[in-house]
Amino acid sequence: MIKKVLLMGNPNVGKSVIFSRLTGVKLIASNYPGTTVEFCQGCIGSGAEKIEVVDAPGTYSLEPTSPAEEVAVAMLDRAIAAKDSIVVNVIDATNLERNLNLTLQLLKKDIPVLIALNLWDEAKHIGITIDAESLERKLGIPVVPTVAITGEGINVLVSRLDQARCGEYDFVDDERWHEVGRIVDQVQTIKHKHHTIGERLGDLTIHPWTGIPIALLVVAVLFFIIRLIGEGLISLVTDPFFNNIWAPLMMKLSAVLVPGSFIHKIIIGQLIDGSIDFGQSFGILTTGLYVPFGAVLPYIFAFYLALSVLEDTGYLPRLAVLLDNALHIIGLHGMAIIPMLLACGCNVPGVMATRILETKRERFIAATLMSISIPCMAQTAMIFGLLGKHGLRGLLPVFVTLFAVWLITGNIFRVAVKGESPEIFTEIPPYRLPHLPTMMKKVWMRIYWFTHDAVPFVLLGVFFVNLLYAFGVIPLIGKLVGPLTARVFGLPFEAIGALLIGFFRKDLAVGMLAPLGLNIKQLVIACVMLTMSFPCIATFAVLLKELGVLDMIKAAIVMLASAFFVGGLLNLIL
Amino acid sequence: MSAIPLTNMESGKKGKVIEIQGGRGLIARLSAMGVRPGIKITKISGQIMRGPVIVRVGNTQIAIGFGMASRVIVEV
Repeated sequence: MIKKVLLMGNPNVGKSVIFSRLTGVKLIASNYPGTTVEFCQGCIGSGAEKIEVVDAPGTYSLEPTSPAEEVAVAMLDRAIAAKDSIVVNVIDATNLERNLNLTLQLLKKDIPVLIALNLWDEAKHIGITIDAESLERKLGIPVVPTVAITGEGINVLVSRLDQARCGEYDFVDDERWHEVGRIVDQVQTIKHKHHTIGERLGDLTIHPWTGIPIALLVVAVLFFIIRLIGEGLISLVTDPFFNNIWAPLMMKLSAVLVPGSFIHKIIIGQLIDGSIDFGQSFGILTTGLYVPFGAVLPYIFAFYLALSVLEDTGYLPRLAVLLDNALHIIGLHGMAIIPMLLACGCNVPGVMATRILETKRERFIAATLMSISIPCMAQTAMIFGLLGKHGLRGLLPVFVTLFAVWLITGNIFRVAVKGESPEIFTEIPPYRLPHLPTMMKKVWMRIYWFTHDAVPFVLLGVFFVNLLYAFGVIPLIGKLVGPLTARVFGLPFEAIGALLIGFFRKDLAVGMLAPLGLNIKQLVIACVMLTMSFPCIATFAVLLKELGVLDMIKAAIVMLASAFFVGGLLNLIL
Repeated sequence: MSAIPLTNMESGKKGKVIEIQGGRGLIARLSAMGVRPGIKITKISGQIMRGPVIVRVGNTQIAIGFGMASRVIVEV
């Protein structure tokens, strides 16, 4: 009786899509190797016939070279020991030879295997024909052609799970590649095709002289689109909703709760000139809801839409190759651009994605650097809201400073952090047209995570801010450190309150700056220091998990020291 | 016929891998992606300033760091 199915295969063959098809559990799937960095579980069926399905990170061989691959191999070992598991080996039909290398290694293990021959449609499309039945006879295990993205073949796969068998295919391990070659020659025929126009255009994006200008253009266009969609949604959808529908409702509630009462302070906050100001009132149901849903969500949506296009077309690994030299400046290789980009959405998945980097040194550098100098999209949206009205004069100093911090701190890390940084070595997947329903599902999942994981912290943060003021904690801190912050950073003591709240949510902390009446220079300094000083609690937790206590302490010291240094420096030079 | 490192190969040219000058680890990593002696390889591009080399092996495009690529000896 099978209890557990382990999905294994090379990176970027569609394991996560098959997993979602089998279990209904939605996972992030993209077109680059290393999308999945940890395992995910789900189930097929129910009751006594329930089978657990586990999605493992991709691996090229059973000799792991990165932590993500180590996870995969450790899971295989556990599955073998459990005796009630089978492996579904997902194979990319367009790359049979390379994929069978892993298959033959799996067949040497003491565990039943079944093959899902995925990307079957793409293989046909490029002129590759594989005789699945003949492959099945040769290997002695079931082979099921699948097109995971449309669901083709998934039912057959499920119905044949109990036919998975241990490999009887006998070969000498040192001769594995010859063996693979022999099998491929017998089951695969390739109709030779010339380079298509699409492929030629694709090659242009990776040649240095054409690729770098194209990359700059792509990034600029995406930035413009994110800003356009984000601002558009705010001015056309969320602001009208909050101002015309939500505000009158809250005013009625305000009358019931009696302005000035403690409960009114917590729920509605302060009335500004007798009415609600969603930026300044600071009640749970006013600013607490406006920050995540009114100001941030439109940008989250816009950002993840743009990111999904980059992920699903397969452009990211190409960007990684083009930026490889640039990333050497900060002691990393090109693939580090992927966690850095994810961090622009939220630092949590950014830190997780550092697992695609091979060594501990690279992961420390990448994770620390992104927590210091990359504001998440929630925070960026609030910075846009606060400084956007001053145009580039307000926005440029913040982002130019953060970029300089990224570059300089990274360069210091490159020299100071001991250990190895290997070179880039990655598969570059073919360009694919994003499958729209899958892409929208992914955007939706990320929005769901944002509302689910972030909003409670925003509300909690608003609650705490009110408590801290009500009990006079912030004024007390103000008395103690106020003169110092005024002299060193040119900031009023309330800005220190924002730095503290930054531990809950950075977007809310930026929001706290709104009522303070700061000038451009003060806003720039406060926004930069908020980004750099200390990660929010969610990022803190994931950093602790990924780096360990010791490295986390080191990272925290770097964060605080660099935040104070840069804050002071900006106060002197701006 | 001459044997040159992958890094010296001209973009767009085809060749055959004849040797990987490295330890077990390097050989294992490269061969897991399909780069091993005897295989036909096409160089697609090389980035400027000792950047990564892009090759096509079978149906896969692979980016290989300059240092690694210089240890892959190709017959052209």
